[in-house]
Amino acid sequence: MQTNDKKGLSRREFLRRLGLGGVAVVGSSAVSCSSDLVTGNKTGNGLVGGGTMTYRTTPTTGDRVSLLGYGCMRWPQVDPTDRNSPMDQEQVNRLVDYAIEHGVNYFDTAPVYGRGLSERVTGIALKRHPREKYFIATKLSNMRDFSREGALAMYRKSFEELQVDYIDYYLLHSIGGGDGIPTVKKRFFDNGVLEFLLKEREAGRIRNLGFSYHGDVKAFDYLLSLHDQIRWDFVQIQLNYVDWKHAGRRNTNADYLYAELWKRGIPSVIMEPLLGGRLASLNEHLTQRLKERRPEESVASWAFRFAGSPEGVLTVLSGMTYLEHLEDNIRTYSPLEPCSEAELTLLEDTAQRYLRYPLIGCTDCLYCMPCPYGLDIPGIFKHYNKCINEGNVSATSGDADYRRTRRAFLVGYDRAVPRLRQAAHCIGCRECVAHCPQSIDIPAQLRKIDAYVEDLRQGKEF
Amino acid sequence: MNRYRKLRTVAALLLFVAIVLLFLDFTGVTHAYLGWLAEVQLLPALLALNVWVVGVLIVLTLLFGRLYCSVICPLGVMQDIVARLGRKAKRNRYGYSKAKTLLRVVVLVLFGVLLALGLTSWAALIAPYSAFGRIATNLLQPLWMWGNNLLAMGAEWMDSYAFYRVEVLWRGAISLVVALVTLFVVGLLAWKHGRTWCNTICPVGTLLGFFARFSWLRPVIDRSKCNGCGLCARNCKAACINPKEHTIDMSRCVVCFDCLDSCRQGAIRYVPRRKQQPETASKEQPEAGVSRRTFLAVAATVAVTGVAEAKRKKVDGGVAAIVAKEAPARKREIVPAGAHSVRHLTQHCTACQLCISACPNRVLKPSNGLMRLMQPTISYVDGYCRPECTRCSEVCPTGAIQLITREEKSSISIGHAVWVKKNCLAASEGVQCDNCARHCPAGAITMVQAESYERAIPTIDTERCIGCGACEYLCPARPFSAIYVEGNDEHRQL
Repeated sequence: MQTNDKKGLSRREFLRRLGLGGVAVVGSSAVSCSSDLVTGNKTGNGLVGGGTMTYRTTPTTGDRVSLLGYGCMRWPQVDPTDRNSPMDQEQVNRLVDYAIEHGVNYFDTAPVYGRGLSERVTGIALKRHPREKYFIATKLSNMRDFSREGALAMYRKSFEELQVDYIDYYLLHSIGGGDGIPTVKKRFFDNGVLEFLLKEREAGRIRNLGFSYHGDVKAFDYLLSLHDQIRWDFVQIQLNYVDWKHAGRRNTNADYLYAELWKRGIPSVIMEPLLGGRLASLNEHLTQRLKERRPEESVASWAFRFAGSPEGVLTVLSGMTYLEHLEDNIRTYSPLEPCSEAELTLLEDTAQRYLRYPLIGCTDCLYCMPCPYGLDIPGIFKHYNKCINEGNVSATSGDADYRRTRRAFLVGYDRAVPRLRQAAHCIGCRECVAHCPQSIDIPAQLRKIDAYVEDLRQGKEF
Repeated sequence: MNRYRKLRTVAALLLFVAIVLLFLDFTGVTHAYLGWLAEVQLLPALLALNVWVVGVLIVLTLLFGRLYCSVICPLGVMQDIVARLGRKAKRNRYGYSKAKTLLRVVVLVLFGVLLALGLTSWAALIAPYSAFGRIATNLLQPLWMWGNNLLAMGAEWMDSYAFYRVEVLWRGAISLVVALVTLFVVGLLAWKHGRTWCNTICPVGTLLGFFARFSWLRPVIDRSKCNGCGLCARNCKAACINPKEHTIDMSRCVVCFDCLDSCRQGAIRYVPRRKQQPETASKEQPEAGVSRRTFLAVAATVAVTGVAEAKRKKVDGGVAAIVAKEAPARKREIVPAGAHSVRHLTQHCTACQLCISACPNRVLKPSNGLMRLMQPTISYVDGYCRPECTRCSEVCPTGAIQLITREEKSSISIGHAVWVKKNCLAASEGVQCDNCARHCPAGAITMVQAESYERAIPTIDTERCIGCGACEYLCPARPFSAIYVEGNDEHRQL
């Protein structure tokens, strides 16, 4: 491990001096280093800002995959304000052209994406390029229909829609949903679908077989335990600097998922590097701290660099609707400059603070009211969100304007909500939880706010 | 106005405004700067065994006479202000009266006996500084707060955080009545007779009077110049000038220097003791303007009369009504950290209520106990003793609540929590609740899933409990909390 680290570092240093760009370095010391993954830094196709795209090579097929992968879930629509509007094929073509021109060669779609239109639109756009220029990933989204026939029909339909005769990356879609392992068995084992897919791989119509995971970690562990028999070519996981160590109750920390894959030499395909876009715009204070380190780079670039830093990451998917985002992400990975230890520390710190200050998705609908203990739940959330938006929530007690924000928060709190109705009085009876249409864990949020208020009142350093 | 009087007036007004501010300030901003004003008061200094202050005050008196009474004592200055208004109504209203030495000594002795018996709060009924403190806390601070709340309303309207609303709390009938009676009696005496209170009742006045007899500097009547008009006596608040004998009773004189001005012959001079023959001095130009302006400024500051009620938050239909908390019947009352024990507090506290006016957490209230009348006691009905706050210990001038740091406070146990099962929502109604455990700053409460209970119930490690009352205040059971604090006989270090 240590020797490898040193090697990586010195090599990176060397390459940097040559101006060729970065080679991935293990992002976390938590992972062991037994992989036969090859990381590469060869000349890419295009240039944005002068660099070349970083590529990673798969161990089983030797594919050179661009570190930036194109997520095809959010293709632009003709009328962006209308959720039922058709895809803007012309714009999709432009985006795909631009991406390929600048070295992006991995396109990830699924039969269910974009109201079922994504595969076709993606296929049309990609058809305009030589087949060997790109890799296509799509999935078996048999989440409702567990029948073998249904699954096979879906599989064959993807070839049609994408207008291809082989699929580079095929995924069992969303492992861990439903009730975990039993659902996995019903979807892929009991009906023989997995067996079928393995044969398809042998036949070459599937070049790489993997699965994507969300939710119950037992299902993830179960499929990995079968690695010796199945030989997963890759696995798609949710990874970003928040989920790395703070995925929360309903998900699994990415450091665990990644380490499990790395241990077995399975490349990770990353989804949600931006946490649904939320890590692209942080609050003023967190943004400022990142900008102090890298003034000219976007907030999103940090999340991409984090996701791309671990060596075992094959590609990082981003659902880019706008050309500017595509450009920015290409710039970030052309080439990737892996996060330094100091930067990883900063991002972990940012994650902790982010978790402390995300806006609460309360719409003030008042369904939770009346709270039997007299709390003004929407009033508390409204005040908290207002303070975040107005920059009256300090990231640290060392902030220059901490005294001002502290006063604004506390004085405003007493103004907005009478003391007896403030978060300190939430007993956690959870009667409100079922009523919230936004699925906000109201008691948890109230406790978080209360803890912050308590820090402010006590003048604690944080 | 002669320069002595001018100096005395300005100094007195400055100190008076400052000490009034000290009592009015609920934000704690001024405590660091003005706290010493309470500490230099004689009785608090005596109770705190503050040798330095007592020594300096005695030396001051031996040098200049009872300057303490006319400059430092807020009740004295308050009387001067009232008396001045009285003199506006009727000029030359005072006259010489004989010293009521017997009464004074008896009162002083009684006062000493009460102190020795530990009935400090009863003795303190006539102690000047604490009497003033009660007036300030019970009568002035509410006005100040209402005024503040008006400003806070304006600030809120303008989206400013410069002022914040505070709840004007009812501090109990006894303190209010005592403050009102004190104000009325002292005020009436001052209006009619000037410094009668100070020269008959006030134990501090009597005590300092002993020393003032021997003061080095003193006002002296030059018999050669005096024409016996008696104007000086009729303008003497202390009624201590005997114009016929040409003598001034220094045990009663508060060295206000009014007589120096009232004498048209220039016969009275403030000179060292043996220097009986006054020298001819340059004429002083009377300058009434300065002190009047100062006075008006003071009056304006003191009488901040925000009359309007503070705007109450309207309770809208969407929230449940909240029943007010009621204090449980405690076996032992709770006193703040730094007070050591109820006994220590009782013996040292003059019930000036500076701590009560300074308490930002609405925890300290005047006691109604017979032995501890109007001294501070703790109630967790309106708040709890928050971990970051040590204000009462910072402002206490008598050492009744001794200075502690935040860190020390976190390890001083002033009481211990007691669980009342029948009130507990988790135990009796099966409601999921851990609010006491969650807020315990000492980590003394643990939720335990005990047998025969549907939900986890709070358990208390009394060895870790500091008695801050967070659990009692934040307990959802109303009006009586399911967990409350019982005072510790002696505070202990954890």
